[in-house]
Amino acid sequence: MTATSTSGKTRPQASAHRPNRRRKEALKGLFFIAPAMILVLVFFVFPVLFTAWMSLHKWPLLGAPTWIGLRNYTRMFSDERFYSALGFTAYYTAIVTVVIFAFAFPMAMLVEQKRRAVPIYRTFFFLPVVVGLASASLLWTWLSNVDSGFFSPLLEQLGLTSGRINLLATFDLAFWTIIAMVVWKIAGFTMIILLTGLQSIPAELVEATRIDGAKRWQRFRYLTLPLMRKTLALALVLSVTGSILAFDQFYIMTSGGPQNRMISIVYYIVNQSFVSFNLGYGAALSIAVLVILLVLSLAQFWLLRDKGERA
Amino acid sequence: MTQARKSFQRRRVLGIFAFHGSASVLSLLFLTPFLVAFLGSFRAGQEASSPPIPPWPTNGFSLDAYRALDTFGAGIWQHTINSLIVSLSTALITVVISLLAGYGFSRHRFPMKNVLFVLLMATLMIPFQSILTPLFIMLAKLKLNNSLFGLTLVYVTLQLPFSVFMMRNAFDAVPKEIEEAARVDGVRDLKLLTRVLLPLVMPGVATVAIFAFLNAWNEFLAALIFLSSNDEYTLPVLMTAVRVGRLGSINWGAVQAGVVVMIIPCVIVFLLLQRYYMRGLTAGAVK
Repeated sequence: MTATSTSGKTRPQASAHRPNRRRKEALKGLFFIAPAMILVLVFFVFPVLFTAWMSLHKWPLLGAPTWIGLRNYTRMFSDERFYSALGFTAYYTAIVTVVIFAFAFPMAMLVEQKRRAVPIYRTFFFLPVVVGLASASLLWTWLSNVDSGFFSPLLEQLGLTSGRINLLATFDLAFWTIIAMVVWKIAGFTMIILLTGLQSIPAELVEATRIDGAKRWQRFRYLTLPLMRKTLALALVLSVTGSILAFDQFYIMTSGGPQNRMISIVYYIVNQSFVSFNLGYGAALSIAVLVILLVLSLAQFWLLRDKGERA
Repeated sequence: MTQARKSFQRRRVLGIFAFHGSASVLSLLFLTPFLVAFLGSFRAGQEASSPPIPPWPTNGFSLDAYRALDTFGAGIWQHTINSLIVSLSTALITVVISLLAGYGFSRHRFPMKNVLFVLLMATLMIPFQSILTPLFIMLAKLKLNNSLFGLTLVYVTLQLPFSVFMMRNAFDAVPKEIEEAARVDGVRDLKLLTRVLLPLVMPGVATVAIFAFLNAWNEFLAALIFLSSNDEYTLPVLMTAVRVGRLGSINWGAVQAGVVVMIIPCVIVFLLLQRYYMRGLTAGAVK
């Protein structure tokens, strides 16, 4: 890519100092990227290696760490609470992804149309994406509160429920309240990703199938969906990875309750590392999450790979 | 013939109604939480803890909720300023560093260039949640724990892969001839970068700055873990204290006011710079 920058024009008088110039050029390049590389090495690459190192130790907050080999990992594989955190995270990820797509896909098809006011609708749908997940969680904690909130009193006044129901008191209600919050917050993002896919479908193709008499559903099933394979895969992976790392909403909205059944895997790491101060065990759990995410990234490459076929 | 045209006309009108009907209902669903919080936060005293039906103040406009919010932590100004310091310096440092790195990766030749770039991008695959523990220990060793500067450095690092990618693309899009011409005029290196190229990559800079600002402003988990003293809390961390409440009761007025304070900068930045925001989003998506 950048080879052209030096090979493009050869000036005769410069060729004498060529090796020297090239070294100077290389030094300059390294100088420009140095700050970025140093920060990433110190605050990212090194901590990743450090996590692996820590996971092989019993590492208290104060006092010296002791080497215990793989015992943190054997502990992890027999840790009931680790499995329940993993199970809950998987359950949440599956449900929230399906619900997000159920909203985001129709929304994308809605704002893909060339009609009046579409940019305004698109902005409205997207607005919750730009606020923080913590702010959104806090807002919905209030809206879902039984005494001072918005939803239960509204449902009661509309006569849909007799009396006010506490939306955050039982697991199922709290779970679906959180799903609703996350969909409100994220659906606009997925919508935009899907929209880029929809817009890349050539209009002539749609027109041609229409003339051929394909029904609306057939066009969707045999034209739109296959052509959106890559976009769908990308939106899917983004939604899944984001959901696996969920923390804010459970911490803020339900504090991991009711009955500690809403402890996601990141929540469990935070509890082990910074509440119980089992830093070594927390590191082992972190490595587990890291491996899961790496596998997903590889799956992403596999899903997004070019099959050699060109539409 | 006229029959067919009439039915076509009717279908068209129905289509318009169906479209705007469903889009308006959805818009209302997405906007309601914002409106309820915003209007509700101006209700007076006791009214703020009753259900927001209707959401607007019925006993007159009041700033009670914001005054209540101010009694938490070190006062709402202090925490807003903390958040602003972290977010603005994250944006500034990220822009400077990714500008340099983007220029280096786009326009210079040096050994291991591609390896280093791939290494930088590969960090995107690793969730930062999995390195919180060592970061916590490292920051403590560097005496940067419980400091807004330490938090800023972490945020900048998390922002870099995306930002360097954006800036490299921005520089790649600048024609080489412009640089050649400037070189002929004797403008070189940093001067070339700041005087000649910077104006040309400004859209990329805007995108990088917006994302850095918003992500730092909204980040919760790292701030929760790295900041331990009250005075240093950023807004999201302060709000957990408000959400827990005092003596078993939560001041819901303060919660509403806090949410409004946290949301408003995001909404303003987004509405003003929507074009650059969307560009970053799709660039990230298509990568």
